[in-house]
Amino acid sequence: MQPKIIDQIYHIVPRERVLLDLHERYTYSYDASFGEYLPDVVIQPRDTGEISRLLKLANQEKIPVYPRGSATSLSGGPLPVKGGMVLDMSQMNSRLEIDRENMLAIVSPGVITADIHRRAEEAGLFYPPDPSSSHVSTIGGNLLENSSGPRGLKYGTTKEYVIGLEVVTPLGEVIRTGGKTVKNVTGYDLTRLIVGSEGTLGIVTEAILCLIPKPPARRTLLAAFDRLENSGYAITGILSEGILPAAMELMDQACIRAVENYRPSGLPVDAEALIIVEVDGHEAAVEEEIEKCAEICRRQGAGSVRVARDEKERETIWLARKMVSPAITQMGPTKISEDATVPRSRIPDMMRRLREIADKYCLNLVVFGHAGDGNLHPNIITDKRNEEEMKRVEEAVTEIFEAAIELGGTLSGEHGIGILKAPYMEMELGPVGLEMMKKIKNAWDPNHILNPGKIFPEPGQTRVELK
Amino acid sequence: MGGQQRNQDQNRSASGQGNKQGRANENFIRQLFERTYEETNRCIQCGYCLPVCPTYQSMGKESASPRGRIALVKMAAEGKLDLHRHLAEPIDLCLGCRACETACPVGVPYGHILEETKHVLYQSAPHSHPGRSDRLKKAILHHVFPYPGRLRIIGRMVRFYQKSGLDWMLRSTRLIEKVSPTAARFEAVLPRVESLAAKPYDFGSVLPAVGEKKASVAFFAGCVMDALMSRTNRLTIELLRLVGCEVVIPAGQKCCGALHAHQGMREMAIKLAQANIEAFERSGSDFYINNAGGCGAMLIEYDRLLAEEDGAWPVRARDFVSKNRDISQILDRFGPLPFRKKWHGGIITYQDSCHLRHVQGVADEPRRLLRSVPGATFVEMEQSERCCGSGGIYNLLHHDESMQILDDKMEKVAATRATTIVTANPGCLLQMKLGVERKGLGAEVRVLHLVEVLAQACGID
Repeated sequence: MQPKIIDQIYHIVPRERVLLDLHERYTYSYDASFGEYLPDVVIQPRDTGEISRLLKLANQEKIPVYPRGSATSLSGGPLPVKGGMVLDMSQMNSRLEIDRENMLAIVSPGVITADIHRRAEEAGLFYPPDPSSSHVSTIGGNLLENSSGPRGLKYGTTKEYVIGLEVVTPLGEVIRTGGKTVKNVTGYDLTRLIVGSEGTLGIVTEAILCLIPKPPARRTLLAAFDRLENSGYAITGILSEGILPAAMELMDQACIRAVENYRPSGLPVDAEALIIVEVDGHEAAVEEEIEKCAEICRRQGAGSVRVARDEKERETIWLARKMVSPAITQMGPTKISEDATVPRSRIPDMMRRLREIADKYCLNLVVFGHAGDGNLHPNIITDKRNEEEMKRVEEAVTEIFEAAIELGGTLSGEHGIGILKAPYMEMELGPVGLEMMKKIKNAWDPNHILNPGKIFPEPGQTRVELK
Repeated sequence: MGGQQRNQDQNRSASGQGNKQGRANENFIRQLFERTYEETNRCIQCGYCLPVCPTYQSMGKESASPRGRIALVKMAAEGKLDLHRHLAEPIDLCLGCRACETACPVGVPYGHILEETKHVLYQSAPHSHPGRSDRLKKAILHHVFPYPGRLRIIGRMVRFYQKSGLDWMLRSTRLIEKVSPTAARFEAVLPRVESLAAKPYDFGSVLPAVGEKKASVAFFAGCVMDALMSRTNRLTIELLRLVGCEVVIPAGQKCCGALHAHQGMREMAIKLAQANIEAFERSGSDFYINNAGGCGAMLIEYDRLLAEEDGAWPVRARDFVSKNRDISQILDRFGPLPFRKKWHGGIITYQDSCHLRHVQGVADEPRRLLRSVPGATFVEMEQSERCCGSGGIYNLLHHDESMQILDDKMEKVAATRATTIVTANPGCLLQMKLGVERKGLGAEVRVLHLVEVLAQACGID
């Protein structure tokens, strides 16, 4: 980076928050996905004014800018693929206010999501979106990626809870979208455009989040099925009975065996599927609902159904799910975690397709995920140093995307497009759909300085490259 | 100009140094690769270690986080970074508290990566112009800590210094402060050393159990504990006897070697480990007991340290490890203690020793023991599992960074309204005392080792 640019940066942000040493820059070259891209400079802004001035400079000098939270992205969201400037937003975390009367939280982008959970609960309120990294991830990252987790089925995703934003545009201007009211139909809904834009349209510098009353009770069950299809029938059966569980998680046989092998806890290794169902709400209601869920599971052929009697048993049930990650990494150092999502009724079909793909390419594949909303996580366990196998992984990933779309689903339920799924955008959106998105990008960011290289495929790029 | 293109440029320039130093450097890089690459590759970069890392929380930079440090070791092993220009400082700034290992969902052996990296850095350090403090550090680690006799002499000197009034004189003239402000702060919190007359244990002695004998245990006295905190050792032995343990104090035992291993001096650490294994095997005891979380963490990893040694060493080390216990585990198992006095020391809170909790996995036992003290009110401190910034001798080597962590910790202490802070490791004890002094609470708040509280409630002084 040219010294004159560095000097200008020093005029905007004090030197101790401008990182130029090679080793400092290298630690901002990765996220939780793939690849390593060295930025020219890392800046830790503290307020909107600094970001506005940095973006004006970047736009004038055509320097790529990459906002980054805690870099837990599984799709390459914050990777500085074209070098330039990384804005480490994690240190901009001064504001976390709970407005009890209006049931809102007003937050700085660097605030850790779990801190919002905690503060809301202290006020008897509830912020539902719960990506599994919520104790690490920043709310800014969650907003731009529109993250969600197990609770998506009942409570929706991040976008359902964002009603107002302060955004710095790629031209360095500061705008406010939405506000403090739940209802707001004034003009285009720019709030929802920014949420999930993966940092390609603007940098969020403050957000107003809706909170809801905290459900007073919850009950949880674990059911094992000898046949995978039956677990699918149980899931649709529960929903068609009028019960909307707070979470419905599925683990396939490979997954059950990996967990049991890693930390034996008496899981049925012959079962083809395990499901965890959790209901929340009023005490009396959840009591009735969990009984009904258990009965439906039994009716659909569950070999065993275990309803947690207390918090400790509930934790034991969830532990099986939590152990999936450490268990499967014992099978290999590299984990390709996908989040292709299909309509709920097509889950059994998708599970079958995934098994066929794994067999075809001789890959180690386990499936778990949020079955209630069709958001499955097929995970391929491999070793990125094995180039021959990685080629097969790339082929398999492509077929997974094709299968999801053929079944009426989507490339990504919650991880985002980033760089890993950009080549497949047209497959889902069609040429005109993709073109409309590009027009929006051009209108906001005419010089393509903000998170360039993301979402949209590079010319000639047709498939993922994992390296 | 893409990021990846630039990475390749960097590679070329790194391997482009064709001189002799470059080749020596390549050997060290290869060594780093061979000893860490498999393990650094297990990191999935999920970032789950960030919220539990004290240095990441206080410094706010990825290079001060476990994920960052692992990535840097990996990149250095790939030849993208210079060992000393780029890697040494972030590694040096790690406290080694290993809270990240508890948080890691995939079991990356961070402590091992850290130690191997320090070993390579130590060996490859440019020896031509070592700093004065660096030379002093090495000399002390080589010539003082391995020898209990020499440390006891220092202990006696400290006692003489405290008894003679020299300490009062130096403090009132602020002489030490003028020479070294850091030294002055530590001098102020140094425990009062007991006279030799009060020390009832000798290396090689066997002390009978009180009442029915339930087990024979061998006591690890430690180097600093033995020289400067012998009262804590004496109380530990008394408590062990009270719960029915015959206590052997093996002769020939030495420093555990933790300080050496953490500074990259692995060969020295191996020698100390072997001496300790021999000494404790001779005791024929059922358990080997220590009362310092930092030492216990070293002792419990002797199997890894000696895994590549010749002959029976790996097996002997594994046997040693299987018998290693913290004092709280034994008191919890063979108790209850015969309490005789009600506690009048106000609210008690407990600061975990990182190496006791995150390496040895001992967290419940000390708390259970404290809760069992008659009349005591135990209040759990928020983030009690997070490092106090002591980190062995980190607080001496990186004073400012350590104090920032300590000041955060003292706010959490204040919130408990505790007037007694309990720790289970000498380093943590001194650091917490320093924290109390910095807050000016010396008159109201006491810092005690777990066994001091238990002994007091049992009527032993």
